[in-house]
Amino acid sequence: MLSKRNPQLNKHGELIHLLSIEGLPRAVIEQILDTAGSFLSVNDREVKKVPLLRGKSVFNLFFENSTRTRTTFEIAAKRLSADVINLDIARSSTAKGETLLDTVANLSAMHADMFVVRHSESGAPHLIAQHCAPHVHVVNAGDGRHAHPTQGLLDMYTIRHFKQDFRNLTVAIVGDIVHSRVARSDIHALNILGVPEIRAVGPKTLVPGDLRDMGVRVCHDMAEGVKDADVIIMLRLQNERMNGGMLPSSGEFFKHFGLTPDKLRLAKPDAIVMHPGPINRGVEIASEVADGKSSVILPQVTFGIAVRMAVMAILAGNEA
Amino acid sequence: MKILIKGGRLIDPASNLDRIGDVAIANGRIVHLGDVGDFHAERMVDATGLIVAPGLVDLCARLREPGHEHEGLLESELAAAAAGGVTSLVCPPDTDPVLDEPGLVEMLKFRARKLSRCRLFPLGALTRQLSGAALTEMAELTEAGCIGFSQAEVPIKDTLVLSRALQYAATYGYTVWLRPMDAYLGGGVAASGAVATRLGLSGVPVSAETVALHTIFELVRATGARVHLCRLSSAAGVELVRAAKKEGLPVTADVSINSLHLSDVDIGYFDSAMRLTPPLRQGRDRDALRAGLADGTLDALVSDHMPVTTDEKAVPFAEATPGATGLELLLSLAMRWAQDSGLPLQRALAVVTAEPVRVLGSALGSLSASAGRLVEGGVADVCVFDAGASWAVMPERLASQGKHTPFAFASSGFELPARVRCTLVAGHIAFEAQ
Repeated sequence: MLSKRNPQLNKHGELIHLLSIEGLPRAVIEQILDTAGSFLSVNDREVKKVPLLRGKSVFNLFFENSTRTRTTFEIAAKRLSADVINLDIARSSTAKGETLLDTVANLSAMHADMFVVRHSESGAPHLIAQHCAPHVHVVNAGDGRHAHPTQGLLDMYTIRHFKQDFRNLTVAIVGDIVHSRVARSDIHALNILGVPEIRAVGPKTLVPGDLRDMGVRVCHDMAEGVKDADVIIMLRLQNERMNGGMLPSSGEFFKHFGLTPDKLRLAKPDAIVMHPGPINRGVEIASEVADGKSSVILPQVTFGIAVRMAVMAILAGNEA
Repeated sequence: MKILIKGGRLIDPASNLDRIGDVAIANGRIVHLGDVGDFHAERMVDATGLIVAPGLVDLCARLREPGHEHEGLLESELAAAAAGGVTSLVCPPDTDPVLDEPGLVEMLKFRARKLSRCRLFPLGALTRQLSGAALTEMAELTEAGCIGFSQAEVPIKDTLVLSRALQYAATYGYTVWLRPMDAYLGGGVAASGAVATRLGLSGVPVSAETVALHTIFELVRATGARVHLCRLSSAAGVELVRAAKKEGLPVTADVSINSLHLSDVDIGYFDSAMRLTPPLRQGRDRDALRAGLADGTLDALVSDHMPVTTDEKAVPFAEATPGATGLELLLSLAMRWAQDSGLPLQRALAVVTAEPVRVLGSALGSLSASAGRLVEGGVADVCVFDAGASWAVMPERLASQGKHTPFAFASSGFELPARVRCTLVAGHIAFEAQ
């Protein structure tokens, strides 16, 4: 079959949509991280605005609930001086049976310049990007279990901030990886940036062997998984997993795969602990660790705004 | 009408016929094959440089009537069959209403007969409403014209019901057509593997097929029922079928044109044209399916024709309706498989003519002697095609209402071999290329 052109890049290799970290050239990722660095200082000023997206309309299309991600995108867009419109899809036309593409077409008719999309089905932002007008940019804010590229990028920014060089790191990702779009985006980014050892840690129902195909070492033992790690990324355990017959209880999960001070001691002394949030204290992470000196969970949030500003600024500057 | 097909290369895989000659047709039958002397035809078809083969027999094509007229009509889909050189097709019972009443079957057969484009052999539902609980009146349905019984895409979860259904069918010697798919393991949207993992799509493990095959084979051993396995998709599945046949179990199997040529990598960036059941598996599964069709482990190649609308495909991958149009591609994809596998043209034709008829066996009644064959005195179901031509699949030019196919030139980038020039059903010209 015809090999299909990466829909995220224009013919000059510039980013016109951010749909997935997979397939992004390393240079593009580094450009985003560098640009994010310059925006961090904006967030420290009294007047936290730059005019880069003035006059542009950014539509937040969240088909799946998320106050925190939507809020950070809104803050980021407003700091770039864009007009932000939030669409609460659950209460809107989709509930009346309108298709995804019809919703997008209607919004495009309202002269949207950028769609930030979160959807419960993998591939929905790709579909939108294929069908929207050429000048419109699509940012994937999370699609099913496929990708959450801005989270992956802000995680990389965080690692770069605290560890500088990716090329001699051991990174452990712990928890429900098979259902996690954050984990997939992190794994792709870590591979592209040259991290030599990436470990996926969890029970077999959440970390199946075929994850190896993504370029990770699969560990079903927490001690083995975090030993000498430089970075530990903990993922939230979703309740549906217990209901779906994948885990017996959160208690048993915490006992074997939760990040406690004891387990953290097996990692490097200067290891950092990350989490995309929201955290479940006592389920995947002990309070003592979440609030401890190794935790960089709160800086991740701050970096997230700068990274999203960088993504939107870069996209707005590139033509299809 | 008396028709003479002149000067073509006559190929009949069942009798090893392969010679240049003529076919004289009268009263719906082939009156003479080969060197035809005096025959005053009212119509002549010039088959110089073309192949004259038996009309194709497709063991799975959905016509969408009754119930899904928005997606397809008998008229359009039987026209598509004729355009594809298909003169007999088997349709599954998952219409709306389900084909579980003799009256519905009779109506369907009657309407298809009036259109004179293609012979229709419906499969009756194995259980009422396909709900997997109560058995249908299989004898009544057979009298109405059903050639076997099927659960379409809805596996029976209750093994006791399945066992009894097979036992009952075995009473009369009816064949039960089953999709080897476990209802619980088979809930995903893409084949388990590196691609599904990367794309974040729920996976269908190979065990969904192998667990179902083991169950089916055990019940066949216990009941003696004849089973036709619909749409194998995995290397492991092919191995199990091979072993079952070696053991002497009364089973046959088919494979779809999609599984024969594509793999999960073709999903690309969530291309919903690749949303199919069974899901496209890995390259080594495709290779095993090709080898299985070549060595006879898999008996027949089917189009698995499923017309769907654009609305059903222009949605995120997991929400798309599985299926692709296929009737007009069956011959070309059989030829392409044979070319890719280094097999002779006769083999390509066999898997879509003589072999499907062998699977249907006595269910075809008197037709079984000549359907899928070119034989003097037999029915004049003929496909005349240009083996040397190639064509680009342009969906809007297909006769079928279903325009979605993985083999559309725009996405595949390659042309397909073999172009049908003329199709005859019961001695009438059902299709003629412009």
